[in-house]
Amino acid sequence: MASFKPTKIPVYPKLGEKVTQDTLYWKNYKAPVQIKEYGAVSNIDFSPVAPHNFAVTAFSRIHVYGPFSQEPVKTFTRFKDTAYCGRFRSDGQLLVAGCEDSVVRLFDVSGRVALRMFKGHTKAVHVTDFTSDRYQILTGSDDYTCRLWDIPNAAELSTYREHTDYIRCGVTSKLNRDLFITGSYDHTLKVFDARAEKSVMTMDHGQPVESLLLYPSEGLLVSAGGRYVKVWDLLKGGQPLVSLKNHHKTVTCLALGNNGERLLSASLDRHVKVYNTTTYKVVHNFDYAAAILSLALAPDDESIVVGMTNSILSIKHRKHTEESKEIMSQQRRRPSYRVFVKGKNFVPKPDDYLVSKPVKEHLAKYDRELKKFNVSKALDASLEIWLRKKKPEITVGVIKELDRRGTLKNALAGRDEEQLSQLLHFVIGNIVDTRFAPIILTAAEMILDIYKSVIGQSALIDQQLLRLQNILESEINLEQELLEVLGMLDTMFATSVTRKEVPYSDVGRSNGLAQGEASSSRPELQAT
Amino acid sequence: MVEQAEIRVVHQGGSNITFREPAISSDSRFLLCASGHNVKVFSTVTEECVQELRGHTDLVTGVLLRPSNHLQAYSCSADGTVRLWDFTDGILIKTYVIGYPICSIYASASHDGVIFIATPTKGYKTLDSLQLLAVHLPQTAGQLVETSDLSAVLSDVSANPATVAFGRAGEYVASTNGVQLQIFFFKKQKSFRFSLKENSCSGRRNTFTCVACHPTDDCIATGHEDGKIRLWRNFDQKREYTYRTLHWHHSTVRALCFTPEGSNLLSGGVESVLVQWRYQQESQQDFLPRLGAAITHIAVSPDGALFCTSHSDNKIVLIQSCVKVSSIIQGLVKGEAVQTDLMVDPRSKALVLNGKPGHLQFYSLQRDRLLFNLDVVQQEFIHQEGLDQFQVVMATLDGAGAWLATVEERKQETVEAELNLKLWAFDEPSQSFVLNTTVSTPHEVRITAVTFDPAARGQTSLLVSCGRDGLFKAWRLAPPAHPDDGGPSWTCDFVSGYHGLTPQRCCFSADGSLLAVGFQEVVTVWSPASWELLLTLSQPPGIIRDLCFGRLSCSKFLLGTTSSDQLCCWNLLTCSLEWSTSMEVSLLLADPLSDNMAAFCHQDGNTDLFVFKPSEPRPLFSQKAVCSGRVSRAVFAPREVALESCEESSQWLNRSQLYFLTPLMDLLTFSTRAEEERLMTASKQLVVDDSVAMTPFQLLLGKRRPHHQAAVEDPAVRPPAERPVPPGGSAAVRELLQSPAHVLPAAAALCSVFMEALLGVATETRENETSAGETPSDPEEEEEEDSDQEMETRATRPERGLLETDSADPVLSRAQVRELRRVRKLDHSWFSSLLDS
Repeated sequence: MASFKPTKIPVYPKLGEKVTQDTLYWKNYKAPVQIKEYGAVSNIDFSPVAPHNFAVTAFSRIHVYGPFSQEPVKTFTRFKDTAYCGRFRSDGQLLVAGCEDSVVRLFDVSGRVALRMFKGHTKAVHVTDFTSDRYQILTGSDDYTCRLWDIPNAAELSTYREHTDYIRCGVTSKLNRDLFITGSYDHTLKVFDARAEKSVMTMDHGQPVESLLLYPSEGLLVSAGGRYVKVWDLLKGGQPLVSLKNHHKTVTCLALGNNGERLLSASLDRHVKVYNTTTYKVVHNFDYAAAILSLALAPDDESIVVGMTNSILSIKHRKHTEESKEIMSQQRRRPSYRVFVKGKNFVPKPDDYLVSKPVKEHLAKYDRELKKFNVSKALDASLEIWLRKKKPEITVGVIKELDRRGTLKNALAGRDEEQLSQLLHFVIGNIVDTRFAPIILTAAEMILDIYKSVIGQSALIDQQLLRLQNILESEINLEQELLEVLGMLDTMFATSVTRKEVPYSDVGRSNGLAQGEASSSRPELQAT
Repeated sequence: MVEQAEIRVVHQGGSNITFREPAISSDSRFLLCASGHNVKVFSTVTEECVQELRGHTDLVTGVLLRPSNHLQAYSCSADGTVRLWDFTDGILIKTYVIGYPICSIYASASHDGVIFIATPTKGYKTLDSLQLLAVHLPQTAGQLVETSDLSAVLSDVSANPATVAFGRAGEYVASTNGVQLQIFFFKKQKSFRFSLKENSCSGRRNTFTCVACHPTDDCIATGHEDGKIRLWRNFDQKREYTYRTLHWHHSTVRALCFTPEGSNLLSGGVESVLVQWRYQQESQQDFLPRLGAAITHIAVSPDGALFCTSHSDNKIVLIQSCVKVSSIIQGLVKGEAVQTDLMVDPRSKALVLNGKPGHLQFYSLQRDRLLFNLDVVQQEFIHQEGLDQFQVVMATLDGAGAWLATVEERKQETVEAELNLKLWAFDEPSQSFVLNTTVSTPHEVRITAVTFDPAARGQTSLLVSCGRDGLFKAWRLAPPAHPDDGGPSWTCDFVSGYHGLTPQRCCFSADGSLLAVGFQEVVTVWSPASWELLLTLSQPPGIIRDLCFGRLSCSKFLLGTTSSDQLCCWNLLTCSLEWSTSMEVSLLLADPLSDNMAAFCHQDGNTDLFVFKPSEPRPLFSQKAVCSGRVSRAVFAPREVALESCEESSQWLNRSQLYFLTPLMDLLTFSTRAEEERLMTASKQLVVDDSVAMTPFQLLLGKRRPHHQAAVEDPAVRPPAERPVPPGGSAAVRELLQSPAHVLPAAAALCSVFMEALLGVATETRENETSAGETPSDPEEEEEEDSDQEMETRATRPERGLLETDSADPVLSRAQVRELRRVRKLDHSWFSSLLDS
């Protein structure tokens, strides 16, 4: 006597992205806090010291926000024109910023007025940074020069005129006070040593360079420009390591996350992509509302701050485990693990007589009804609200099983208004799903056949039937359009494939081959 | 022709065991069932066939225990004889020649020396009208007995043997035909007829399908086509008869049976549910659901403890007192048609074909036994007539048996057929196939062919399927997209068509480097490596029916058959037609182990077989009229041991054996004379104990007993003691070496004795002298041991003879033998007690 075989519920491959450790990690952020700035947010820099304030450069202001504040804790407004690249010194005491008016200003974080003004550039200064000895400032400007300045006496130390286009990004080494790297719109990256007259290394990125990033070890350099993100090995003399092309618009900003294990790139295409730094594969993707100009991560990824062209600053804070723990503790406490394993690890003695208990097979409710041939009840059980909402494939599986048994009509018949409206609701919701369409269409036809005599008696049912009709009509229109597109694509493929001479040509020379290849490009059926 | 006589077409197992109701022996240990021309005796415990009663020359149509002797059984056959057997020993006792084909046999305990048979009425050729005859069996001595004392009891008996039943103590016989119930009382010599209306008010048919009589009460139960059971009483009156209707079955009641005490009524039908009705309180029923297939017969053992139901899928289920299925005897399942091709599983060497609905069966040809059913559809089977069920329509195995592809299909009237392509991986730990990938609707319309790439044994990763939608698709075993997704699965790799024509056949070359797809009239040859169309071949008119690449030395040839009765052979090197001949080939097959091809040709209602090499103009072998009708399924099964026949005509059978299915679903094969002789000698050697099935224990412990008995009974048979003993060891030593290691005591315990035994030749004489003193006590001990442990006789008997005849060999001394014996006795005693119980 074979046991009852439960209804087969087809397993459909999950659409959308796979759940990995990375998606879990990067999804573990709260809803973003959005702050309207005065203009496009061109730069965001986190203070390296404790409360980790961050400076947001937008139009002619620099706002400093606290880690959880939504209002700026400090504002620097003494710019004559658009400010650029507000950066903190490594002790978090000083802040430097360039400006469209070619003057570089140095601020005390607690003060308001500029401590020093470095004048010497002839055009807008887009790059400013402190060197690692904290007494010098690197600047890069649209006048194709980059300069080193001494902070105490505001004097220019040296000028490098090697770039042939705007300098728009630069970083200083955190380990060596003399080393710094600049990237320019002349497609090159240059490594300078303050002790040398000229650049010591030049790399060709191939596109105007928008952003630079040094790994904490400073062996690897990441540059972004055009649609490419490139990784260079500085220890091997600037050898290109990887070239990533995952964005479809210019990449504007780079950041490191997760203790340097993940690389983030932001682009004008409104995406932030997260790469694994060992495989350089995209592991996660954030979408934003507008083109992204700047991106920064707080230490330990506590927050992700993104500045966009529509002058919106978006701050996402990390969810903390304590909060989720609280939610957990609110849930009902279940019996401990010990209760379940009680007696399971008992080892019988050699002279014990074992009475094996037959394993009781658990059947779902709809299967229990199907086993008893209660077809209507089985359908009712599968139409339970949570089941049809959460797992429509189960409801469809039961309908399919009833159809296979030839009793679908019996199961659908004899329903009152409420039950019928539930059924129609399910049909309306799932009839356009390609996975379910064939069987639900059969069921819908049967419903219409059975209940056509009562149409017009209930406003609710009539309304639902009209909705069903509208959905079907729009679906038919869509299908027609798709077929037209497919036809066009087929002709394009047929012309693009070069015809091949087939030996013994009598039959094979026509476009049979081309046709075959064209059809091969169609999407394949899913396999479980 | 002498050559033709060398090779014969023989039936190869798989016969129907549920043709007629089986009989259970009175001790419930054996089950007798009619199976083709023989009667098979199964053990109810081990499910093994322990005896086959051969003798009838036509279909056996009934088996019956002899009421007066529970160790004997009657069988009747369409050859016009009734045979009496001793079924435990498989001895034919008597043959009664009736002279008419017999349809069924009945007996009753109160009619001693009389059996009742149903034979066609004289003058009618067909089986429409039968008569029930009483046959007085003459008590003559000879084995072949002519019977002439026939008397008609009833006329107008239905051909269904279930429609005749004998009533309480054989007082009356009830028979039904159509809508009529006829009861004949033997004492009064009076018959009553009751008929029902042709159609009841509900419009369903009232036709009787089976009848059963209560063993102690005057009550007749009848089953009807509309699923009703009627219990008739007072049927010895013309007018005042009554009946009561029981209705549970939703379609025809096929079988009815009362338990021996009459306390229960068993019924079964298409629903495959055994229903047990309590007699007198019929509202209470017990059910035993999901027995597998429609119940066709129900039998109950004389003590009422064991029920047995025969099912339409050639299966007999033994049920212990309506609660538990105790064992299942399963024959080869034969549906109306085999939809899958015949295949041979390379691992188990089993024949694979579709069996039960939605299942694939693995049938061992060597053991004539169903190994297992693979549930392909994995859905609850609804036993209802006229329901569209999922059918396994196609299956294919790869070269190493590691992958299995199945196609299942459900036809529907309104929408197009539902199709599923499933790929199964062989799982080593569980030794069965495990579902790997399911592709729903692989093709939009029906699939015409699926085939695996034969290349690189064990690493098949390519499957090609052709569909009516004009496309063929290649499926590849691909690693999962994400490493945490589990194992590899199959995905579509390539799709192509050719001018929108329907691909009918596809075939890989033996090395897997070429794929030939037959698109109606055109054969296209593709390279699976690059999916390039290499060449097209066509030989109009006629649609390609079969495609086959040559093997081994003929691998440059591609053979095809067309619907215009052409057999074409293309040379792939020159890309031209090598030869073609006009013959209506219904099936073309290539032997995987040689370069031979077999073609079954349909001609004048018969099928002829030609075996040929594509490179040679003359066929190697041909046989006209292999069977009637068109053969559409056949397979070459590799032999385990290659034959060494030198005869030219039978050489093609050396490496593999050709099996084929006739349109009547008989599995036939070709066998050579040498092979048959070898089989005959093998079967003679194989002496099976009468009651114990062939188990390893039986072989170990019970092997020599028949010899011993034969020696006692028949002095002509040479006693085993005189058999020439191979030099190099006494029987005890041999016994020791032959018995499996795990049943022996520890080697440490045996070693010293054993070693001494081998060295003991020198001390033998001295030992003999000392043992002479013990001799008087010895026989007693021997006898005692004989009684409780038969093994001892085996150990000592040949050994004694040895001592007398041949003392030159290293022989154990008596003392040592005793010691050895003691050691073994210590270990085996639980064994023999098991056997005795």
